[in-house]
Amino acid sequence: MSAPVIEVAGLSVRYRTAKGPALAVDDVGFALSPGERLGLVGESGSGKSTTVLALMRMIKPPGAIDGRILLEGRDVLALSEEELRRARFARMSLVPQGAMSSLNPVLRIRSQFADLFAAHGERADGHRIAALLARVGLPAGVADRHPHELSGGMKQRVCIALAIALTPAVILADEPTSALDVVVQKQVLATLGRVQQEIGAAIVLIGHDMALMAHFVDRIGVMYAGRLVETGPVKAVFRAPRHPYTRMLIGALPSLTERRAFQGIPGVPPSLTDRPPGCPFQTRCPAAEARCRTEAPPARTVGPGHEAACHFAEAA
Amino acid sequence: MYLDYVIRRFGIMVLIFALAVTINFALPRLSPGDPVEQQLSQLMASSGGQVGDVRAMVESYRQRFGLDQPVWRQYLDYWAMVLSLDLGFSLANYPERVGESIAGAMPWTLGLLGMATLISFAAGTLLGGLLAWPRAPRWLGWFAAPFMVLSAIPYFLIGVILLFLGAIVYRIFPAGGGFPFELTPRADWATVSGILWHATLPALSIVLAQIGAWAIGMRGMLVSVLGEDHIVLAEAKGLTQRRIFLWYAVRNALLPQLTKLALTLGHLVSGAILVEVIFSYPGMGYRLYQAIQSKDYFVVQGIVLILSLSIAVTMFILDLLYPLIDPRITNRRN
Repeated sequence: MSAPVIEVAGLSVRYRTAKGPALAVDDVGFALSPGERLGLVGESGSGKSTTVLALMRMIKPPGAIDGRILLEGRDVLALSEEELRRARFARMSLVPQGAMSSLNPVLRIRSQFADLFAAHGERADGHRIAALLARVGLPAGVADRHPHELSGGMKQRVCIALAIALTPAVILADEPTSALDVVVQKQVLATLGRVQQEIGAAIVLIGHDMALMAHFVDRIGVMYAGRLVETGPVKAVFRAPRHPYTRMLIGALPSLTERRAFQGIPGVPPSLTDRPPGCPFQTRCPAAEARCRTEAPPARTVGPGHEAACHFAEAA
Repeated sequence: MYLDYVIRRFGIMVLIFALAVTINFALPRLSPGDPVEQQLSQLMASSGGQVGDVRAMVESYRQRFGLDQPVWRQYLDYWAMVLSLDLGFSLANYPERVGESIAGAMPWTLGLLGMATLISFAAGTLLGGLLAWPRAPRWLGWFAAPFMVLSAIPYFLIGVILLFLGAIVYRIFPAGGGFPFELTPRADWATVSGILWHATLPALSIVLAQIGAWAIGMRGMLVSVLGEDHIVLAEAKGLTQRRIFLWYAVRNALLPQLTKLALTLGHLVSGAILVEVIFSYPGMGYRLYQAIQSKDYFVVQGIVLILSLSIAVTMFILDLLYPLIDPRITNRRN
């Protein structure tokens, strides 16, 4: 394996609130080699999007980021404002969550490419923009359109074209398909995967659709209450999930072969300001024991590149 | 598509104008009191009742101003007059023509109120934008606070205070008028500085009263724009703060401000009558005030008509500009 393009260790995001600090992301760590695809799944509020924003160092006060983010060996949290600005999109880009509203409604698509190039000291000619649009399957005429003249899928493709424009080493895709219908979702995801491979960037894909995710990523990370509770190669995790939460998530997926009642996970995630002691999942875990209520489980290696933060990970 | 839009908007403008002319014609005729009799009774009072045959005079005046005709005839005549840009005579200052009277007052109002409004719009909008911008310097909040307080005070009260301080206590500025009495207007520096010197206090009272309101409006809009997704992407793209502020935040927050500006400019004359009255400024507001006091129908009608027309025209211009500012607007109907 070559040197990782991004290495995250002990990443935490804390918000100061009236009810005390809210820990939105808690001690998250992972590393990606060039071209690798990591998927982060988890329910709403589990800290997926916050993790991505923290990687871009875009958490606004009263939020604060702790930990270490090494992007191609450089410490993102130690960069100056100007260095950070120059690194954004050039080395690490973002495909935003709300593609419908992520483009400036009053500027033509052309200008939204042009200002990206200008901000990074590059020339923006029509050919370059047309070539980028072509790579995501859009006609060159889109450059002269305003966002409201494009469909949701087209807007998302524009966002992908923007994200690869400066050939970054890492692409962070925050639920890039959540606003699209199922057919378009697959197409857009395929486009994202193709261009990501072309430029050789690593990708962090966020989603809550585990099935869609399973087809796309190499590795999967399951987040719960701000923690990365299980990571591993996508096959290993699906075949032998080691964390009860992962097991229950996979168990909740509808199956085409088996006819059975739809299964959910009872209970709700804990409040971020008032976390239970011990394991964050103990309040909903069917296998919780006395130890889980007092002692937070560290990540345990359960296979090659496969870790789970459960006291009983090996036993599962 | 744009042409369709322009034609539609133009149609609306014409419709508003026709309505304005009609209402303008009807209103004075519905109000109590007869202008001819009032003029004559004033004349009689001042000359001790020695004016001869009052009845004959009333008749001749009525004839002179066309008031003896049936109403529909008067209405058509009124349209003919309006369309030939002839607004008739002033009743109070006969034989002065209404058109001349308005033409004499218009530049003063446009100059004073137009400039004051544009200045407070520009300064207030920028101030409000910066107030909402997280990276703006801290002291700006303190700087803006007095304007917020002033925006709660009616402009004519500020005008009275400024008049008292600037012209009576300290005698720095003139207490009234639009121009030094002793000068004849020429295109030279003395004329310009004379005009500016006289315009300072009235303009200041408007600017001080309005800046806060512009700033509050802009601040609110900008705060909501800053919460939108495209700001997040702009920041992620590594754009400079300046570019994000001007082209992603201010640019998008400006629309309601511009609507408000156009409305304010349209209402310019009526909006600040009291400022012109306080400073005896020779503009349209002051003229309108005088005309209402002396029941000078034709002048009131003329000014109100110009007013409605100017509102209709500014709205039309704004409608033409809107699609350039917000590309979503022309398409909305189609």
